[in-house]
Amino acid sequence: MDSPPMDTPPMDTPPMDTPHVPLLDVQDLTVEFATRRGPVRAVRRVSLSIARGETLGVVGESGSGKSVTSYAVMRILDRAGRIAEGSIAFSGVPLRELGEGEMQDIRGREISMIFQNPRAALNPIRTVGRQIADVLLRHGQATRANARAKAIEALEQVRIARAAERYDAYPFELSGGMCQRIVIALALACRPRLLIADEPTTGLDVTTQKAVMDLVSELTRARGMSTLLITHDLGLAAAYCDRVVVMQQGEVVESAASHSIFRAPQHAYTRRLMRATPRPGARLRDLLPEGGAVPEPVATAPAAAPDAPPLLEVSSLVKEYPRAGAAGLLTRWLKRGAPPAPFRAVDGISFTIRRGESLGLVGESGCGKSTTSMMLMRLLDPSSGSIRFLGQEIGAMPARGFAASPLRRRIQMVFQDPTDSLNPRLTAARAIADPILRMGEARGAALRARIDELADLVGLPRALLHRFPHQLSGGQKARVGIARAIALNPDLVILDEPTAALDVSVQAVVLNLLQDLKLRLGMSYLFVSHDLHVVRLLCDRVIVMRQGRIVEEGSAEQVLEAPRADYTRELIAAIPHPPI
Amino acid sequence: MLRTALTRLGTALPSLAGVIIVTFLLTRVLPGDPAIYFAGPVASPEAIAAIRAQLGLDQPLWAQFASYIAALVKGDLGVSLTTGQPVAAEIAARLPASAELTLLGLFLAVAVAVPLGILAALRQGSWIDHACRLLTTAGVSLPVFFTGLLAVYVFYYLLGWSPAPLGRLDSFLSEPPARTGFLLVDSLLAGDMEVFHAALAQILLPAATLGLFALAPLARMTRAAMLAALSAEFIRTARASGLGARSVVLTYAFRNAMLPVLTTLGMVFSFLLGANVLVEKVFAWPGIGSYAVEALIASDFAPVQGFVLTMAILYILLNLAIDLLYGLIDPRMRKVA
Amino acid sequence: MAETPALPAEAPSPLAALLRHARHVVAGNPVTALAFLLFLLLLLCAVLGPVLAPHDPLASDTTRALAAPSARHPFGTDHLGRDILSRVVVAARLDMGIAIFSVALVFLLGGLAGVAAGFFGGWTDRIVGRLADTIMAFPLFVLAMGIVAALGNTVTNIVIATAIVNFPLYARIARAEAAVRREAGYVQAARLTGNGEIRVLLTTILPNILPIMAVQMSLTMGYAILNAAGLSFIGLGVKPPTPEWGIMVAEGASYIVSGEWWVALFPGLALMLAVFTFNLLGDGLRDIVDPQRRS
Repeated sequence: MDSPPMDTPPMDTPPMDTPHVPLLDVQDLTVEFATRRGPVRAVRRVSLSIARGETLGVVGESGSGKSVTSYAVMRILDRAGRIAEGSIAFSGVPLRELGEGEMQDIRGREISMIFQNPRAALNPIRTVGRQIADVLLRHGQATRANARAKAIEALEQVRIARAAERYDAYPFELSGGMCQRIVIALALACRPRLLIADEPTTGLDVTTQKAVMDLVSELTRARGMSTLLITHDLGLAAAYCDRVVVMQQGEVVESAASHSIFRAPQHAYTRRLMRATPRPGARLRDLLPEGGAVPEPVATAPAAAPDAPPLLEVSSLVKEYPRAGAAGLLTRWLKRGAPPAPFRAVDGISFTIRRGESLGLVGESGCGKSTTSMMLMRLLDPSSGSIRFLGQEIGAMPARGFAASPLRRRIQMVFQDPTDSLNPRLTAARAIADPILRMGEARGAALRARIDELADLVGLPRALLHRFPHQLSGGQKARVGIARAIALNPDLVILDEPTAALDVSVQAVVLNLLQDLKLRLGMSYLFVSHDLHVVRLLCDRVIVMRQGRIVEEGSAEQVLEAPRADYTRELIAAIPHPPI
Repeated sequence: MLRTALTRLGTALPSLAGVIIVTFLLTRVLPGDPAIYFAGPVASPEAIAAIRAQLGLDQPLWAQFASYIAALVKGDLGVSLTTGQPVAAEIAARLPASAELTLLGLFLAVAVAVPLGILAALRQGSWIDHACRLLTTAGVSLPVFFTGLLAVYVFYYLLGWSPAPLGRLDSFLSEPPARTGFLLVDSLLAGDMEVFHAALAQILLPAATLGLFALAPLARMTRAAMLAALSAEFIRTARASGLGARSVVLTYAFRNAMLPVLTTLGMVFSFLLGANVLVEKVFAWPGIGSYAVEALIASDFAPVQGFVLTMAILYILLNLAIDLLYGLIDPRMRKVA
Repeated sequence: MAETPALPAEAPSPLAALLRHARHVVAGNPVTALAFLLFLLLLLCAVLGPVLAPHDPLASDTTRALAAPSARHPFGTDHLGRDILSRVVVAARLDMGIAIFSVALVFLLGGLAGVAAGFFGGWTDRIVGRLADTIMAFPLFVLAMGIVAALGNTVTNIVIATAIVNFPLYARIARAEAAVRREAGYVQAARLTGNGEIRVLLTTILPNILPIMAVQMSLTMGYAILNAAGLSFIGLGVKPPTPEWGIMVAEGASYIVSGEWWVALFPGLALMLAVFTFNLLGDGLRDIVDPQRRS
């Protein structure tokens, strides 16, 4: 079943190759998964079609069945999944009726696919060039003699510099963005007619995302290919697709041309999704579902006088790490070189946060923003520089002993991953009670009342308080994390990408909650994020970081509307957003 | 490549030092008088005093260690009390018998475990998967000396298929000229098929006993590693590119699954070298394991110490070989080294 | 105590929840239930062995030497005419005792050393790591032989040797689990709520590692039994006439070639059953303690 005779290509003369027949036509597709609790229908009666040269976006939140639909089309569902009903026609050929061998001829040659998390999508112990050559050889697009040259050619087409050298590279030697280019080269090597892109930019940095998407759209357009783009990001779909299909819980709820779906969404779910997506000009309250928005609470805490001393004052903060490989004595002796200069994760940054203010800290992965927040939290010791909080120098207090400091309760944090930040063995109530038990005074009935009060504040139903983390949804876990952070009325809360792991509609609710809490309790926020649009919604001022340094600082308005640094401009340009 | 090998060798040095120190400490620092151990149970006080002086036990610890190292460098492991022969020479003479048995056992185990694990992973939930699970559970639960005895009872006493469990070769046959020390290889080199068959008949049962023991962890790990590799995202990419089942399973999944299997192989060797001692006792195999057991019972410590040190050094060398093999398969390891 | 966690009134006690979950797992997995029954049987023999045994395990009767299994001696008799069934039942206490003591010892030492190494890193980590590496550099059974030979040929030293050769396994698992959790979000959160390092270790990290270690304990119990039996099979530790499974198999070994299979078979089967029980139990325990699978 391996290599078919290469002189009889099965798809070159499809039976009804007329412009009226869509390239891909899926009708009433239903996919079932066998689980311990019986079959579950992940996709229900989904119909969609793609015309030649068209780009179709499939948009939905996690669990909407959008990826499963594409795996069903490729017939690469895992063992537990099967197509229960429906038809899939590719260029008139019914794919469900093909044998596995015939289907293999189609995969990679007629329809190919690119995936999220590109590094994991490549075989870690085979050179990237050989992986491309494997596909070329399989589909008879190259011979043993010229496979290398053809693979290098495929690499050059995705603009990989020094392609001949990269042929012999392994995935772990390349950056995430570079790996995604390799995956694209792999997918386009045999010049297929349809490309399925499954969340191709998830996990990549904003600027890399744009480069990858531009490359895909340019290459597919130049070859007259059709594209099926699967994404959770409405903005991305709007920017790159001709038509958009919106999926919710395994069903298609709306299907229309991009421009019309964004101007006049018909289905309630689409409208909710659209509203929840952060976009220029929208305010926090605009993200909530229609009719669901309540007025913002009036600030009860008095605003600090502008000339009051700042709450937090950071100056010339530095964090250095020794370079990898500098450790082993024997290695050093073998190499006989001076140890390399240490790596500066944070390279001398200074800023202040005033009482009642929200400061945004924006940058791509590796820019030092997380290291900075860990140092401010006093979970990590800085190499040099000072951190003054409430007039006291806390940078010099060792992180190990800071738990005993009376200042501990006044700086708290909301973590990026709500699941990881809750102890799996503690109930929600116990997690919220933790700081009060350790550092507060309330006990017994007073403690129980305080926990109920906090649950109400963050909108967590009291009935859920006795549940363990794995029995709560992502949004509920985020609320528990927030309740724990504010339990002792801290002065400063660091929000470390608090919504990065959440669906966009949950993100809208959580962001609004954070804003309400701030106004009601008079806290200050340091909001760490990679997304300028999200930061703008919540913050008064913004700092942009790159390679451990601050490249721009200013009011949120100014940084977004009139950025001064080139890098900030690049960041803003890279964020796709719906054309509203 | 040479540099990688050298770096790996460097990482083995601390283990080697640790092993030498521990074998030294086992005799000198632990409670009890080593001179009594070395003199044997029936020695007179004068003899013990003489041995103490002869062994240098009246000297400070560091001096004892220095002379221990000096003796080791010369290949001197002391003299056996019961046979009066140098321990190093006796171990060298008996080592091929043990090595032949262990390697054949390992070969049998790998030859069965790897295909079985792959098939079990490919046909999850099928009869072959259940057979694999049964065999691995039995393999870890069965004491190896008990399996050996059962095998002797069934194949020698009941069925008569196998010769008496007494050593490497029927005493009526003469050994082929020693070149490798492995009877199977030497008899083939000498072209003596009668000896080859007789030696094969003798070694098959103990090797299969060892193999069954080593099979369980190997098959279990192969199955788990194959399942993990097959559900990896790069396998989805390979399938989505239309690669055939053969290349997906063998070139893409199996090569990745090999890595954890190789790591397990190191642990399996540790078990095998220990199990070897028990199997040699059951089958009266004239290897270093039975040599050590005889010495243990006679409270003859020098051979035991030599045996422990030899086994540990062999084991370190085996792990080194596995590391090198690992580096050949996994490019990421090459980079780190 | 001010430290008692204030749970809402309607919250079920964790113990009741665990028991309910255990019942659920056992009901859904008959193999675990079987393993649990076998475990109870072993425990019964270990505790009440001398009472349960039909004959005196040490009383020899040369007129009945090497009698095949019969109604009077269901497992037959050995070369001294001793009842094998009685000897197998009585031996449970010694074999299980060696395994339980050695595993408990290594659980304490290896577990604590590993957790400390993973949590504190630095020098603690280097020392524990070097110790574990040195032990791992030996084939484990061979090292156990050497230790018993050097320390002296007693049962206590078998327990110590078995604990020492298992040390790296426990230390490594505990170290890996502690190191993963050291920077986990919920551990950082515990630091933010004012817990000092030692407190974080004791109240947040240890409870999350203990179940994993408990599973490990059950799984290595089988290995500990095999290790101890192997040592006594080659004549270390237990001295005849004490009934012990390994030494009984060794005594029966010479009669296998002449067809008296029962002398070695029944103690061997007992040994196998014990190891099998602990392996199955370990797998079952893993399901019970895994909070992700609780519903």
